[in-house]
Amino acid sequence: MMAEKLVIIGAGMASGRMLEHLFEQAPGRYDVTLFNAEPRGNYNRIMLSPVLSGEKTYADIVTHDADWYAAQGVDCRFGEPVVKIDRERKVVYSAQGGVPYDRLVIATGSAPFIIPVPGKDLPGVCAYRDLEDTHAMIAAAKPGAKAVVIGGGLLGLEAAAGMQLRGAEVTVIHLMGHLMERQLDPAAGYLLQKTLEARGITVHCKGATKAILGKDRVEAVLLEDGTVYGADLVCMAVGIRPETRLANDAHLEVNRGIVVNDQLQTSDPSVFAIGECVEHDKQLFGLVAPLYDQAKVLAATLADQPAVFRPVQTATKLKVTGCDLFSAGDFAEGPGREDIVFRDPGRGIYKRLILEGERLIGAVMYGDTADGSWFFGLIKDGTDVTEMRDTLIFGPGFAGGAKADPMAAVAALPPEAEICGCNGVCKGKIVSAIEVGANTLDLVRASTKASASCGTCTGLVEQVLAVTLGDSFVMSAAQPMCKCTDHTHEDVRRLIKAQGLKSIPAVMQELGWKTVGGCASCRPALNYYLLADWPLEYRDDRQARFVNERNHANIQKDGTYSVVPRMWGGVTTPAELRAIADAADKYAVPMVKVTGGQRIDLLGVKKEDLPAIWADLNDAGMVSGHAYSKGLRTVKTCVGSEFCRFGTQDSTGLGIKLEKLLWGSWTPAKVKLAVSGCPRNCAEATCKDVGVVCVDSGYQISVAGAAGMDVKETELLCTVATEEEAMEVIAAFVQLYRENSRYLHRIYKWVAKVGLDWCKAQVVADLENRRALADRFELSQSVYRRDPWAEHAQRPADWAPMMDLTREAAE
Amino acid sequence: MNMSHETWIDIGPLADIPREGGRVVKTRAGCVAVFRAADDAVFALDDRCPHKGGPLSEGIVHGHSVTCPLHAWVFDMGTGTAQGADVGQVGTYPVRVEGGRVLLEAGRLMQGRAA
Repeated sequence: MMAEKLVIIGAGMASGRMLEHLFEQAPGRYDVTLFNAEPRGNYNRIMLSPVLSGEKTYADIVTHDADWYAAQGVDCRFGEPVVKIDRERKVVYSAQGGVPYDRLVIATGSAPFIIPVPGKDLPGVCAYRDLEDTHAMIAAAKPGAKAVVIGGGLLGLEAAAGMQLRGAEVTVIHLMGHLMERQLDPAAGYLLQKTLEARGITVHCKGATKAILGKDRVEAVLLEDGTVYGADLVCMAVGIRPETRLANDAHLEVNRGIVVNDQLQTSDPSVFAIGECVEHDKQLFGLVAPLYDQAKVLAATLADQPAVFRPVQTATKLKVTGCDLFSAGDFAEGPGREDIVFRDPGRGIYKRLILEGERLIGAVMYGDTADGSWFFGLIKDGTDVTEMRDTLIFGPGFAGGAKADPMAAVAALPPEAEICGCNGVCKGKIVSAIEVGANTLDLVRASTKASASCGTCTGLVEQVLAVTLGDSFVMSAAQPMCKCTDHTHEDVRRLIKAQGLKSIPAVMQELGWKTVGGCASCRPALNYYLLADWPLEYRDDRQARFVNERNHANIQKDGTYSVVPRMWGGVTTPAELRAIADAADKYAVPMVKVTGGQRIDLLGVKKEDLPAIWADLNDAGMVSGHAYSKGLRTVKTCVGSEFCRFGTQDSTGLGIKLEKLLWGSWTPAKVKLAVSGCPRNCAEATCKDVGVVCVDSGYQISVAGAAGMDVKETELLCTVATEEEAMEVIAAFVQLYRENSRYLHRIYKWVAKVGLDWCKAQVVADLENRRALADRFELSQSVYRRDPWAEHAQRPADWAPMMDLTREAAE
Repeated sequence: MNMSHETWIDIGPLADIPREGGRVVKTRAGCVAVFRAADDAVFALDDRCPHKGGPLSEGIVHGHSVTCPLHAWVFDMGTGTAQGADVGQVGTYPVRVEGGRVLLEAGRLMQGRAA
């Protein structure tokens, strides 16, 4: 019998493995012609990363050499790209001519996705796909050279780590909020980023590339936020897409990939496809395990044996030495799904298991992945884990063991057992401290430092107290921030600063959060603490804000909003009033009201009208009044010495100056000021958060008043002689509040806790500290003293409904 | 009119919904809130809290839950069920992401009757 003609387009890992199986199962059955666009045969593409980093050479990763192809009688057409498939005549064409086939296998793999930004074609921009790309990166990654990798997925990070090992200064730019978001959740992504940064790789998340800059070759990368990173080489690793051009031109059925059935057969019965170019059951494939399964099935099909391709679960590991991460299965949250989370901040370990019913369906691990394959087995086999659930997260060593009594376990610990990893405190030392009188958690902390750093061992320390003291020990009653954590607000604030935590995932990981993404109570608080403590490094997270602050308007009971433009010190002009009146007419505002803070409120504005109404008000020179924010609201004034016959100072002028100093700042709760021109106090300054009463000799600054649910008169902070001093004291005092109060506490509540004397010591007596506080306030204001509507009014589409189906015809 | 007939409508790119946020789709049966969680899972719920009618689309999204902006009722976005001590339920609609586009099953919504 004459051998049939089998033509294969693409000598990659899938077709290489397929040929091995085929020659074993049906030797001599086919005359094989193998086309490859790359001028070489099959090599282990997933080992390009060790080649890049210098840990392996190309020779080490060749899987089929010339001898192998010769021994199998394969006609190799390497470096000869196929240009056309003629399905009618069953001929494949390259530039050199046609080759007829009986059966054809398309294995064209995938092409890197190149983001369409200016400069993408400059010399020095490469993808990370083949040996040529790898060599380009090796050539560029000389010590001291600057490399930018766009894309913080699996491939991008391997490219970054490889070039960094060769001595280049590497920056990774990633569009999403955390690295490898397809494989990792935010907590694990944060730990990975921390590891990479510790090695000297710069990571920029939420970074959108705007352009690649350079004249004759790449010089830098410009991001949408204006950041510029110098670059001698730019590697684009943002993703791949199936290479389907030949199949498309040949009119085979193609969706995202070439559509194949369970036998890897395309819409043409003589044409098959395999590897990254195929789409099977709406699914694409990028990892090697399912490709090898496809190879087995296609070899059997070509040998006329029955075989069915069923994609299996795959697990991911990153091939970067020192980054120990593992992810498998489905780790999205969902109805009926439950999480088991384990965090050990001291050792940088995070493990999360996702259960659905009695089965494990996903696992994400960082730092300690030893049990990964065991979990993967449970996922693949669909094992019922009910019995071992309590200890499941500790791995196979504990699975199914008896339920542990934590108290008995602590009682059984030897004296030298370490309780506090941060400070190296063993159980014996804690017991000794208790025996000499440290009978509360705070006293143990004070005398031994146990649980005084990251705080995750607090529970253990309390158990040691309970075991040692018996019934006489009373658990501390400190209120945790919310159900997501055992830490108090105060602890969280202290630890954010002490440990240099600069993102919400960082706080949640390092402080051992018990939920995956926090809750509506802790997210806004953390967002505030982070932006107050790291004004330049941390970016305000709009999605962690309550609706009013996210939309920069006050939501009303019917879902409409109120609009309050700022009137500095309560002073306005005919032109501003006209603009407000015009806006009220134009947007059919149902109610116009004068507020208690000396400005005008437009009530009942529809959300989609907010950008337009603000664009109009901005055009008239007005900015947001922040009537909705945990921030500076108003500075109420009386007319003062300019007009009033009793006025002692220019209270209106000082009010305007204070408002221009403080506006736009975020604070733990709202802040209202007032300046009265004489002790008659027409601006009601003595029930504000900060009130100034002018007297002949200067300015009496008093603080911590209230006129809401509680009514309280202010207390005198100090009296100063000049406006400049008054402004510096007030900026310093507000900054002291910003840095120290817990979220949502008004100034009067905070002062009641810390004491007015302490505040005086910080901002009145200690001039140097006053100046430093005022400087830190000014630094933060360099970011936040701006009108949010200047930006939001530019993007009206974001405020409109995503889609209006009321206009679509019903069926 | 066939009740079992499915009408999948492309309501826009996933990127138009901020992570841990929501957008609104207006329909004849009222507004629908379409959410995107931190892990890119999408959900569609009636945009009306059963408590006092608050727009859930403006709530803070955490995990697969959303907290109503008016009085902090928390709903499981997958089932529409109120969590904790509050008792209530909002309607949910099938929604999925395909090729970066969000598809909403709007058969019930397009009939113009209150769901």
